[in-house]
Amino acid sequence: MALVSAAVGRTAARPLGAGEATGLLLYRNYLAYRRAWYIFLTGFLEPVFYLFSIGVGVGQLVTGFEFNGHEIPYAEFVAPGMLATSAMNGAVLDATFNFFFKLKYNKLFDQLLATPLTTADVARGELSWSLLRGGIYSAGFLVVMLAMGLVSSWWALLAVPASLLIGLCFGAVGMALTTYMRSWQDFEWVNLAMMPMFLFSATFFPLSAYPTGVAWVVEATPLYRGVVLCRELTTGTVGWGSAVSVVYLVAFGAVGLALVRRRLDALLLT
Amino acid sequence: MILASGLRKSFGGFEAVRGIDVDVRRGESFGFLGPNGAGKSSTMRMVAAVSPVSGGVLRILGLDPATDGPEIRARIGVCPQEDTLDTELTVRDNLVVYGRYFGLPRREVRERADELLEFVQLTDKANAKVDDLSGGMKRRLTIARSLVNRPELLLLDEPTTGLDPQARHVVWDRLFRLKQAGVTLVLTTHYMDEAEQLTDRLVVMDKGLIVAEGSPLDLIAEHSTREVAELRFGVAEEGESHEVLARKVEDLAERVEVLPDRLLLYTADGEETVAKVHERGLTPAATLVRRSTLEDVFLRLTGRTLVD
Repeated sequence: MALVSAAVGRTAARPLGAGEATGLLLYRNYLAYRRAWYIFLTGFLEPVFYLFSIGVGVGQLVTGFEFNGHEIPYAEFVAPGMLATSAMNGAVLDATFNFFFKLKYNKLFDQLLATPLTTADVARGELSWSLLRGGIYSAGFLVVMLAMGLVSSWWALLAVPASLLIGLCFGAVGMALTTYMRSWQDFEWVNLAMMPMFLFSATFFPLSAYPTGVAWVVEATPLYRGVVLCRELTTGTVGWGSAVSVVYLVAFGAVGLALVRRRLDALLLT
Repeated sequence: MILASGLRKSFGGFEAVRGIDVDVRRGESFGFLGPNGAGKSSTMRMVAAVSPVSGGVLRILGLDPATDGPEIRARIGVCPQEDTLDTELTVRDNLVVYGRYFGLPRREVRERADELLEFVQLTDKANAKVDDLSGGMKRRLTIARSLVNRPELLLLDEPTTGLDPQARHVVWDRLFRLKQAGVTLVLTTHYMDEAEQLTDRLVVMDKGLIVAEGSPLDLIAEHSTREVAELRFGVAEEGESHEVLARKVEDLAERVEVLPDRLLLYTADGEETVAKVHERGLTPAATLVRRSTLEDVFLRLTGRTLVD
């Protein structure tokens, strides 16, 4: 019978390479979201609305700030903050809620692990998807910025890879934390962490507004690193500080990813 | 295909599998029978190379699951106890995408998906959502999915639990055809008729150990009698309890079991035994003579106490 006559002269099943496995998981998620594309839209629109309301609206009342020795209009100050935020939103949405759903409810990872795929493949694939989502949001947002004349340097092109780094950091850390969550209620903690980061990471006003001690704390948060990096790129004021941000985001991402893989081993390979 | 010796699995302080020896040969259909909590599923998960072995030796297709997990999983099919279908994809995409995880090219997977949908009679549901399928359809889809890589070894954990009789028979029919096609089947079940229908050889597990092993017929011959005479007496009949009645007939059978509503007499010739019972002036309200089944063996070996 054709169903089972194990592959005479035909392709036999085999373990996949890491890149192949990641590509397939992206494809699987693409198929799952194809019919729910509008879910994508809300995450993208949120920072756009903020840009219009605060950047442009409040910008009528605020003249602008000095940033790395340059005077920039308020909207140009806020826009890169929103760019970083959209990268964070895209990545975190997938890495927390959707990841939890796949882990606990859809049992997707149990299915995947019955195939030649490994927990490392799962972690990489899911993180890549978060990155992709964050990246699409950011690229879209950058187009909006460009259209509104809020980009003043060619460096801005690098804001797309920069937002992928933000996605890497938030996606990996978000997924790692999600593996510790027991119910949907636990996700309140995610909101509790993201809301203040969004409001206080020098997104709407510069770091100089804080007393020194507080400023240090803010500087150590991941969104701040992302916001500053994006702002340096879109205003063309790149410096050594930018490199610090890059290293910081990559390090968070790498540690998070390693933790995710270990946690998946502990949760799924029992 | 599967070779286990002294295989163990523990979760914290709890030992689910406490040292079992199993040898499953190519082309054979092998069953794990046992009550809930006997260690069947834990064993299956170890064999499926998704659960690390706690002790002993396990080889699947000659490979060690600790080091060759992906290689083993590429060559086996797994139908888990709960249907873990991808509810975010259509019925057909469930097969296509799953097949791709095995490194199969797109065109090949599409062909196989259509063949398999045909095989499990789901062709007209190809574009339906998984959530819209009935329980039996989901089960058939899960079985189809486990065949997409043309496995040499197919693991089925309680393949028909929770299905209605019609759906069970469809599944049995499909599994029987796979068996005839030479696929090595390993299944767990607590349905005795399923084990008798589908397995060439089986082990009975209880509390993490193997308590009996053989073909269904061997097990019946070894642990039960050829026939069973069931005698029902009216509740207050002759003012005598079942225990008293049992003592009156116990020399007529190899073994007598007392149940709340009837006596079971294990004997080689049921009709003859019933006749002798009547000769003794006892008049059961109803009698039934039947062949011994695996269920008798199973209850004999694992007891009638409820296991949770």
